[in-house]
Amino acid sequence: MNRRRWLAGALATAGTAMLSACNQAGTALAEQARRMGEGLTRRAQRLVVPRDALAPTYSRAEISPDFKANGSIDPAAADYRALKAGGFAGYRLVVDGLVERPLSLSLADLRRRPAQSQITKHDCVEGWTSIGEWTGVRLETLLEEAGLKPSAKYIVFHCFDALDQQEDGDRYYESIDLVDARHPQTILAYDMNGEVLPVPHGAPLRLRVERQLGYKHAKYIRRIEAVESFAHLGGGKGGYWEDRGYEWFAGI
Amino acid sequence: MSDTVADPPAVAVAPAAEAHADRVLPGGRVDTWRHPTTVRVSHWLNVIAVIVLLMSGLNILAAHPHLYWGLRSTFAEPWINTPRVPDWLMIPQARNLAQARNWHFLFAWVFVVNGLIYLSWSLLTGRFRRRLLPTGADLRGFWPSVVEHARFHFPTDDHARAYNVIQKLTYMAMVLVVLPLMLVTGLSMSPGFNAIGGVLLEIMGGRQSARTLHFISAGLIVGFIVVHVGLVIWTGFFNNMRSMITGWFVIQPEGSTAGPKLRRNKDEGEAP
Repeated sequence: MNRRRWLAGALATAGTAMLSACNQAGTALAEQARRMGEGLTRRAQRLVVPRDALAPTYSRAEISPDFKANGSIDPAAADYRALKAGGFAGYRLVVDGLVERPLSLSLADLRRRPAQSQITKHDCVEGWTSIGEWTGVRLETLLEEAGLKPSAKYIVFHCFDALDQQEDGDRYYESIDLVDARHPQTILAYDMNGEVLPVPHGAPLRLRVERQLGYKHAKYIRRIEAVESFAHLGGGKGGYWEDRGYEWFAGI
Repeated sequence: MSDTVADPPAVAVAPAAEAHADRVLPGGRVDTWRHPTTVRVSHWLNVIAVIVLLMSGLNILAAHPHLYWGLRSTFAEPWINTPRVPDWLMIPQARNLAQARNWHFLFAWVFVVNGLIYLSWSLLTGRFRRRLLPTGADLRGFWPSVVEHARFHFPTDDHARAYNVIQKLTYMAMVLVVLPLMLVTGLSMSPGFNAIGGVLLEIMGGRQSARTLHFISAGLIVGFIVVHVGLVIWTGFFNNMRSMITGWFVIQPEGSTAGPKLRRNKDEGEAP
C-alpha cells in the first residue's frame, strides 16, 4: 500500500515535471519561431511596403458605432486619477531622451500645433476590427521640434496604465522605429470621432501607428523617449506585450 | 473497365527515362515512376506546414471566436460564433495567442516559399500541364468519372497511370485557388501589407471579410484532407504512401480496381 502510494506519487511528480519540461521546451521553441518568423516578416514588409505608403482610410459612414475599448479602460494609477479629476488641465507630455531640446507640452500646447485627422481601421491582435476617426498632432512634428540626436533609433511611449491596476504593476509601454515614427499617418491623437478622446480609448493622448496592430497604439501616454536601444526597459523586448511573447514588429 | 484510354507512353517517357523506366514485377504488375523528387519533397513540406498552420490557426481563432462580414466587426451580431476547440487540436496545446502567432507566421513562410517553388517548377517544366490539366477527353468523361467516384470504384490498372478528371480538377482547384486564397486572405489581414494591398482588401470586402474567407478556405483545406487521405487509404494505402515517399507506384494487372471489389473480382494475391 505504502509502496503503491509512493509509486503513484513518484509517477505524478515525474508526469508533472515532464509536462512542465515540455511546456518550457514549447515556450523556448515558440520563442525561436518568433525570432525567425518576425525577422522575415519585418524585412519583407520593410522591403515591399514603401516607407510612406498609407494605411487605407474610410468614410464617416463606415465608422464603428461600437469601437471596442480593449486592455486598460480606466487606469487606477494615482497620478492618472489626479490628472483625470482635474480634466487633464495639469497634464504635461514629456518628450525627452536622445533629443536636443526636451519638451513639456500641455494639451493646449498640442492643440495649437497643426492638427491632422484620419479615419482608419484598428486591427486588434485578437482578430477584430473597428473603424474610428482620429485627430491629433503628427509625431514627426514633435520630434522635429525636440531635435532627434543621430544616435536615436527608437521612440518609446511610457504610459500611465498598469494592466493589473496595481500602483506598482508594470506600466504599459511601447516602442516603434523611426520609419513608423516619421510615417505621415503616425499621430498623437487627442480627439476620437470628432470629440475629446474618451478615457476608455486612452485619454488624454494616444498613439496611432496605422500600419501595425492595436497593441502598438499606446494609450494614456505620459512620456515619449527617444532611445538607441530598448533593451534596458521593462523586459527588454520593446513593449508590454512584447515582453509577454508578442512580436515587436506588429505589421501582421 | 473504363473505355477512356489514357496515354501511358507520354507519362512513361518522362525526363531521365532510363533511370525511371517502368520495371516489370511478378504477377503482371508494373512498377512505374510517378512522383519526382520535387513533388515528393514539396508535398511533405506542405503537409507539415499546413498541419501547423491549421492547428495554430485554431488557437488564434480562439482569441476571438467570432466571424463577421465587411470592413469591421459588428460585435453584437457576428455572422457566426465558432465553437470551442479542444486543446489537443491546437498549437500550442492550450490557448496561447502569442505563441500560436509565432508558429503560424513562421510556417506561413514555409508554406509560401514551398508553394511558390512547387508552382513555378511544375509550370515551367510542363508537368502541371501534363499531369493536372484535364484533356478534352478527360472533360468529356466527367460524368462517368462522377459515377465511378459515387460507386467508390477506382481503377488500379493501367488507367491509374494518369489522374482521373475529378482528381485533376480537385488538385487544380487546391493548387490554383484554395491555397493561394489562403495566402491572399491571410496577407489582407496584415495592417502593414494593407498599405500596399488595399485593392485586395476592397475586392474581399474588408478586413473582417478577409478573416472570414481565410477561415472558410481553411475549412475547404480540411475537407480536401479528409477526402484525400480517405481515398489514399481506399485505393491502396501502402502503394500510395510508397509512391509519395520513393516515387515508385505499382500498376496492377488489367481490370483491377480499388477496394473490396478487387478481392471479389480477382484471384487471391492481387491485393497491393
